[in-house]
Amino acid sequence: MHAPDGFLTGPTAIATGVMSAGAIAASLKASRPELDDDRIPLAGVTAAFVFAAQMVNFPVAAGTSGHLLGGALAAVLLGPSLGLLVVAVVVIVQAIGFADGGLTALGYNVLNMAVVTALGGWAVFRGLRRVLPATATGVSLAAGVAAAASVVLSSMAFSLQWLFGASAAVPFDRVFTAMAGVHALIGVGEGLITAGVIAAVLAVRPDLVRGADGIDRAAGPAKLPRARFVLAAVAASLVVATVVAQFAVGDPDGLERVAEDTGFIEAAEDHAFGSSIFADYATAGVASETVSLAIAGIVGTLVTLAVGTGLLLLVRDRRQGTSADAERAPSA
Amino acid sequence: MGAGHTHPLHVHEHSRTHHLPAHVKVVATLTTAGLVATAPRDDVIAFAGAAVVLAAVARASRVPGRFLVSRLAVTAPFLIAALLLPFVASGPRVDVVGVPLAVEGLWGALGLVSRTLLGATASLLLVATTEVPALLRGLERLRVPPVLTQIAATMLRYLEVIVGEVGRQRRAMTARGYDPRWLWQLGPLTAGLGVLFVRAYERGERVHAAMLARGFTGRMPVLVAERPATAADWAVAMAVPGLVAVARTVGAVVGGAEAWA
Repeated sequence: MHAPDGFLTGPTAIATGVMSAGAIAASLKASRPELDDDRIPLAGVTAAFVFAAQMVNFPVAAGTSGHLLGGALAAVLLGPSLGLLVVAVVVIVQAIGFADGGLTALGYNVLNMAVVTALGGWAVFRGLRRVLPATATGVSLAAGVAAAASVVLSSMAFSLQWLFGASAAVPFDRVFTAMAGVHALIGVGEGLITAGVIAAVLAVRPDLVRGADGIDRAAGPAKLPRARFVLAAVAASLVVATVVAQFAVGDPDGLERVAEDTGFIEAAEDHAFGSSIFADYATAGVASETVSLAIAGIVGTLVTLAVGTGLLLLVRDRRQGTSADAERAPSA
Repeated sequence: MGAGHTHPLHVHEHSRTHHLPAHVKVVATLTTAGLVATAPRDDVIAFAGAAVVLAAVARASRVPGRFLVSRLAVTAPFLIAALLLPFVASGPRVDVVGVPLAVEGLWGALGLVSRTLLGATASLLLVATTEVPALLRGLERLRVPPVLTQIAATMLRYLEVIVGEVGRQRRAMTARGYDPRWLWQLGPLTAGLGVLFVRAYERGERVHAAMLARGFTGRMPVLVAERPATAADWAVAMAVPGLVAVARTVGAVVGGAEAWA
């Protein structure tokens, strides 16, 4: 998802740049108490961890693999503000130091890969923690679902930006269905990895997981109420399945895959299959412009809601002084 | 990975470009990338002009062409996506050897490929001619918050160590005959990543303690003071985006290739 220079129009790049800069400024302010404590080296080494974790490929299906984005993982480990900063630095360094992603594309790359994943993931994570039991399993599960959701949110945000600043005439509904579909599948991998990493860290150093405040460390791993778990799993897989169903295969780089998928569909429409089922398959009931715009509206609301909630939690926690070390202090 | 602490993308040379103050180069690179990124997709004169200018910079900085081409591979996924645009885009089509391609998609692909390659070349030239500490100080001079540049500095310093750790984990796994291929074999990989995080964090704690012991007060000392930028520095560096701007003006006057077709 490291978009190159000129992938979206200039105004989109500037608008997203302003949003990203705002989010980074807010996070800098929120994490000041921690960073003033000269803990910058810790943030730096964690950033190196996220960078390295992105290099570990995981198998998605036979022959294809994906890699971690890490926004939600960093947020759960370090808290939303420091997590956002760390992933933003990773994305910025990848652009400036490794030419991975355009310099003028930093606005939307940081927004999609750091801001939306960290804040959106944190919002989902906090929401789930209210429902799930305060045990290591509950926290890992919440982190996993939040990470999966964060990847889909990120792809939704990208589709929205495409709506406003497309560099080529590919209609929104097509970009959206393909992006969200492929990323739902990538999200499954992201979710499983995040849950696994959090579980592993909780087993060794539970004090390092910022999102695991107030967990019952004495509780065994099998304390999860089965009904709730099944309900949550069904709900999550329903969301994923509705979008994934149309695209049975995944690929490490979603955008690349999207182009391929839609390319195949287009080719199918124009050639052998003419106006057969494949034509309907491609547009799947979102043929008209109004419907497309309505979906865009819903998607926009969803993304804004998630990111806004994350931002709100970030600010509120700071005001109440419950973030940072206060949360980690052993409660009576 | 290279030896020691040199950045893998740095090309050690002593050209005029290498000796320019970093913040001047950052501004010039950003302006160039911005000019290229906002050029109309059919402005072939601007794209060709920028290509010639960047090639000249590479030559003057003694950055080998082969190095640039191999490093541009990072943009491959997007190049492939761009090349698929003619098949995906909507609108009228044109037959190319019997394959109907979208006219919109063809122009879109031209614009995307040109912008991607030229933008990436510009930023590659920046890292190839600027050492990482100088680059980070240059960013600070451009008002990037020091917290961010310091996180980046620590990250780059320990990246090799941690990536090496990933490699060792991988080797250990392979040595024990484990080669995960399926999603349900993810367990050991994630456990490894969890351990990696704990190790990275504990290393961070040790590094931090060692830095405090050596008198770290929240800012790294500047060992080699960057010389201030002279008017000549600015003139040389800004000549690059200047020439690209000239090419864009010519392109705007002559009109894009879409009008010729």
